[in-house]
Amino acid sequence: MGQTGKVTGEEGVGNMAQLLQDKDRIFTNLYGLEDWRLEAAKRRGAWLGTKEMIQQGHDWVVDQVKASGLRGRGGAGFPTGLKWSFMPKEVGVRPHYLVVNADESEPGTCKDREMMRHDPHLLIEGCLLASFAMRAHACYIYLRGEYIFERHRLQAAVEEAYAAGLVGKNACGSGWDFDIYVHHGAGAYICGEETALLESLEGKKGQPRLKPPFPANAGLYGCPTTVNNVESIAVVGTILRRGADWFTQFGRDNNKGTKVFSISGHVNKPCNVEEALSIPLKTLIEEYAGGVRGGWDNLKAVIPGGSSVPLLPKEICDTVLMDFDALREHQSGLGTAAVIVMDQSTDVVKAIARLSYFYKHESCGQCTPCREGTGWMWRVMERMVRGEAETSEIDMLLNVTKQVEGHTICALGDAAAWPIQGLIRHFRHEIEERIDNYRAGKPVFVPAMEAAE
Amino acid sequence: MSARRLAISQPDNFQLSASAKKKIAAWVKKYPKDRQRSALIPALWIAQKDAGGWIPEAALRELGDMLDMPYIRVYEVVTFYTMFNLEPVGEHHIQLCGTTPCWLRGSDALIEVLERRIGPRGSVSSDGKLSWVEVECLGACANAPMAQISNNKGDDYYEDLTAETFEQLLDDLSAGKSVNHGPQNSRHTSEPEGGNNTLTGEGPYLEDKLVYLPNTAKKTKMSVHGGAPKAKRKAATTTKAAQKPKVQKKAPAKKAAKPKVIYKGGPTDGTPDDLKLIKGIGPKFEKDLNSKGIYYFRQIAAWKVADVKMVEELIDSIPGRIKRDEWVKQAKSLAKKA
Repeated sequence: MGQTGKVTGEEGVGNMAQLLQDKDRIFTNLYGLEDWRLEAAKRRGAWLGTKEMIQQGHDWVVDQVKASGLRGRGGAGFPTGLKWSFMPKEVGVRPHYLVVNADESEPGTCKDREMMRHDPHLLIEGCLLASFAMRAHACYIYLRGEYIFERHRLQAAVEEAYAAGLVGKNACGSGWDFDIYVHHGAGAYICGEETALLESLEGKKGQPRLKPPFPANAGLYGCPTTVNNVESIAVVGTILRRGADWFTQFGRDNNKGTKVFSISGHVNKPCNVEEALSIPLKTLIEEYAGGVRGGWDNLKAVIPGGSSVPLLPKEICDTVLMDFDALREHQSGLGTAAVIVMDQSTDVVKAIARLSYFYKHESCGQCTPCREGTGWMWRVMERMVRGEAETSEIDMLLNVTKQVEGHTICALGDAAAWPIQGLIRHFRHEIEERIDNYRAGKPVFVPAMEAAE
Repeated sequence: MSARRLAISQPDNFQLSASAKKKIAAWVKKYPKDRQRSALIPALWIAQKDAGGWIPEAALRELGDMLDMPYIRVYEVVTFYTMFNLEPVGEHHIQLCGTTPCWLRGSDALIEVLERRIGPRGSVSSDGKLSWVEVECLGACANAPMAQISNNKGDDYYEDLTAETFEQLLDDLSAGKSVNHGPQNSRHTSEPEGGNNTLTGEGPYLEDKLVYLPNTAKKTKMSVHGGAPKAKRKAATTTKAAQKPKVQKKAPAKKAAKPKVIYKGGPTDGTPDDLKLIKGIGPKFEKDLNSKGIYYFRQIAAWKVADVKMVEELIDSIPGRIKRDEWVKQAKSLAKKA
């Protein structure tokens, strides 16, 4: 679609040439060039007006977040304010909980880590505001087990906030009591799924729960709970402070705001960067990541939103915009906005086969289609890499991915199926060529161009 | 899914240390009453650290008793989560990421190094110093390829590796030398290599001060609980440093003026020295030091214990490194030469 498609509203592609300015960035210490501690965080704007925001009432906070159009930054893109409004309006005998999902494990994604170690106070402030909005007095932040440095840093920031009276009893002098706890896992991708995360937080194996009941009804310890991504929570303070209308300046309709993109793979300068949503993928890569290794024409494919979303071939990458709806139109997704770039030297079949191994390794083993299917898909993918397959097996593989997709408790089955579906959709010719080469006794894979390094 | 079993050979007896038990008790307090089970994963992690990098079966039973859980539930958890090592590991346990983003940046070359030096996945080197496993995405993809190395000092990320820097890192670890965690090239964190192209100025970046809370019925002035940050208290840790120049002003400057601990406005006292001449300071530390206002040998030479501590925090260094590498001593002799 690109320039000609459904670009609506005032902020069309034309204005997108304007890159986000530093003054409009939320995470102004993304690279840790400044101090992370409380005093420095305050100078960057954190904790300004938190008390006054709370004094506006629960509904004001929810309404502002709704008005900002903020969509969940963890992958699914569900509107955050709407999610909060599912929590019961009155607190009954069961307390409410906010749980922050910092189990950042989606391959390609490394944004929450930077927020937690360099701007932890934005996250803590967001936790207070979000908890207040959904009438929760306690919040747990669940970090992935490997983020040990980040956990210690966040814990130190939490202690600073307690010492300064920003959280705890009568948080910020607002009259709201609020406790915040840092918890951690121990190396399981599946714990990024919200109900698996809750199971893990209860000290069990991270196996997702059947829904309904949804966490807003029966979550942590059977109490009403909302699970949000780190970034969704960490932006709340700044959105309220600068106004929902400030946040909606960026991005197309329904895809508002700024977002931290993680750019990895075959680019000259991999990095994290905060930009407005709906930035063209090409601009993002060329302006911030030093361009594709060997030039834009050396691009083969991009996985635009973390390993779970289908990859896009170069023709689509030329024009596609980085937001939820544009990528969905191309049967992919924004996911966590983790851009994995592959140049012409890439064995794309092997790249996807490695992801199939990842999903096989990380399946929790609860549902049969996923437990058996992920292993099956990986083994077939490995044969496809070597070309040791029948051409008819490509359709069989596609068929199996469709049978795994949508037939499991959680979305891991879907996530394992989509990359393979994307590969077959865009690179079927390459798999077929391999099978032919293998039969003819020729080398199975010859990179189209030597790697620049 | 990954099927994992307990080690066949187990120690005859194992008991958690008193300090481990104390740490676990602190974790239990984070959860509501009767929910002490929530502390299981942190408790297992503490037990693993306590037992020297892996979890013996006896520890599982002990934790089951402590947290009032059936042993089988503890067993379920410990075999489910892959960060729990069920067999002994080396002194430095290397978790190398091999998932696609790292693979695209050359993790295969690092695997080759590990296979050559240690052996196939899951093995421990013959001297017991190193062991390695291949793990799935560790969430540092913009700094790929990377590995996490656990030892008795910590569990740090080593990023932006090449086969050469990785070999060097393994050599240093085996030899018991201190190593710098984080990117192993010139990068600071996840900014583009060669310097950040955003957030380049001196923050805060917002031009107009925010005064009123937007979108409210009544005009509401925003406040900071406990008072707005004071400019002179730039960071809690620099308070001491900031006071020093004042004292020096009172004293009549007979000798050459003492160097400031921090030059906030850039290198205003002559051309900056090449701090890299000090052993232990590489391009990354030099950049960090410069960015914090440290430019001269004579500055470093004048550091007192408190200054060293402050600087270590400023540049995110491991505590004790500056003393161990004798920066101050080296700086003194270099300052004399200059």
